[in-house]
Amino acid sequence: MGKGTLVIGASHAGVQCASALRDAGYAERIILVGEDDALPYHRPPLSKTFICAKVSEEDIELKSHAFYTDEQVELRRGLRADFICREARTVTLSNGETLEYDNLVLATGSRPRLWRKGEMPGNVHVLRTLADARQIVRTLKATDGTVAIVGGGYVGLELAATVRTQFGRDVVIIEASGRLLSRSASPLLSDWVARQHVLAGSRLLLNTPMVGFETSDGVVDAVVLDGQPDVKASVVILGLGIVPNEELALQAGIRCADGIMVDEFCRTDDPCVYAIGDCTRFSVAQVDRMVRLECVQNAHDQARTVAATIAGNPTPYRPVPWFWSDQMGSKLQTVGFLDNAVSSITHGDIENGKGSFFHFDSEKNLCAAETVNNPAIHMQIRRAMAAGKKLEQQRFEHEGKLDLKV
Amino acid sequence: MTEVIFHLPDGSARSVAAKSGQTVMQVAVQGNVRGIDAECGGACACATCHVYVEPEYVGLIPPANEEESEMLDGVAAERRPNSRLACQITVPDDVETFGVDVPECQF
Ligand SMILES: Cc1cc2nc3c(=O)[nH]c(=O)nc-3n(C[C@H](O)[C@H](O)[C@H](O)COP(=O)(O)OP(=O)(O)OC[C@H]3O[C@@H](n4cnc5c(N)ncnc54)[C@H](O)[C@@H]3O)c2cc1C
Ligand code: FES
Repeated sequence: MGKGTLVIGASHAGVQCASALRDAGYAERIILVGEDDALPYHRPPLSKTFICAKVSEEDIELKSHAFYTDEQVELRRGLRADFICREARTVTLSNGETLEYDNLVLATGSRPRLWRKGEMPGNVHVLRTLADARQIVRTLKATDGTVAIVGGGYVGLELAATVRTQFGRDVVIIEASGRLLSRSASPLLSDWVARQHVLAGSRLLLNTPMVGFETSDGVVDAVVLDGQPDVKASVVILGLGIVPNEELALQAGIRCADGIMVDEFCRTDDPCVYAIGDCTRFSVAQVDRMVRLECVQNAHDQARTVAATIAGNPTPYRPVPWFWSDQMGSKLQTVGFLDNAVSSITHGDIENGKGSFFHFDSEKNLCAAETVNNPAIHMQIRRAMAAGKKLEQQRFEHEGKLDLKV
Repeated sequence: MTEVIFHLPDGSARSVAAKSGQTVMQVAVQGNVRGIDAECGGACACATCHVYVEPEYVGLIPPANEEESEMLDGVAAERRPNSRLACQITVPDDVETFGVDVPECQF
């Protein structure tokens, strides 16, 4: 028996990789090393149902203990991989232990972008881990007054929604650019989301860069803005986007460029080293840039891709990215890439909470769809895109007859 | 305590005891029942927790709501009248057993 597969990072991508390897009949040793102490868990609920105690820690486990035992996946929690020696094919862990591998899978994910040099006064938080979520809940319970959310991306907005509606707190959303979700949604959806937050009573400051914090005794009491009065706040949550965890790969001389570079089989430039999930960057057919996809879909699909590659049945990864967000009682779902969108069609009654935005490229084919409380349409488009089917704009021009089933 | 019986595509069956209030998906995760992927963790967003509820048990649970019913449009295996998303079914606790069939595929 060989040395098997060593997976670094035990979250969505890493755990799914171990699971998919066993599903593919891989019988060699699998070791899964993760820095987090907790049994690997789903991150999406952290900003949605977990923070308001609608689900427990057990409810959000990715797999139960039974999985790791039954499938003989050696989970090593609370340990960090510090050093890769590619010549010897070993990885050294934070406890000094050295593990050997035949295949190394980097599933190191990403971390929240910090404010400047990591300046974090008391009651200023980021949200990535279960420990972060627990800390945020403790701070929310121990304070009253305004909660400032800095950064209008999905994580920040989900938190804003939860804090406003479930904790009943005053919320101010501070965003440097001219609209919410500027990296991940169309202006149409951004506007709709902005209106929902304002309707719920949150204050929205667009085009408003944060400059720093005002503190007293090391605890935040205001967010300092550029050319505007400070925003008084007893809690600040930073949602400034994420940074891929590529340092381990970089140090080993593996090619990285704001993400570990992989091909369609999730291989890095070392034939024994693979990378999957939030930490990777790669090219896709739909757009002419190298992309990093920060979503569960990508973590799981790349995990299955790498498992198939290692198990000797390589199948190229052709992503149809999809994403969901639950905010203000609505389910938002996105599928496809918005990069090439030049025109859009709206269906349904978005103002009353159910409808879709369809986005088309210059050849008048659908490139992305954003739906609000419209899962049927989302699922049909997901399936059509996965099947490689082109959906022409003219099919969307008459709202009544939309049928996209493949 | 209800025993959930999962009939797997290979013809075998797994029986897992449900705790009160658990969904069929949570019971599958607790018991490491393969073939119920549950990628979104129960958010009714992925449709990879598809099961067929065995006919004799269908009447014991409330029917799918609109959101679930729409998501069922996207399941990978054939959609049948007894298709459900396991994360949206709470195991009834006034019966001894509750049976579901796990489909061939979830992707
Ligand atoms: C609050 C929140 C809400 C979200 N909501 C959604 C959503 O609704 N839908 C959606 O699609 N996506 C959502 N996402 C994004 C999604 O969670 C990520 O895309 C996903 O977690 C990526 O999985 P991953 O395994 O690649 O990386 P990660 O989940 O980041 O996991 C990487 C793991 O590797 C570990 N690690 C890193 N370096 C080392 C090392 N050197 N040694 C050992 N371990 C290491 C880390 O501790 C971490 O546990 C959300 C994210 C957050 C934080
Ligand atoms: S777990 Fe995703 S829809 Fe049920």
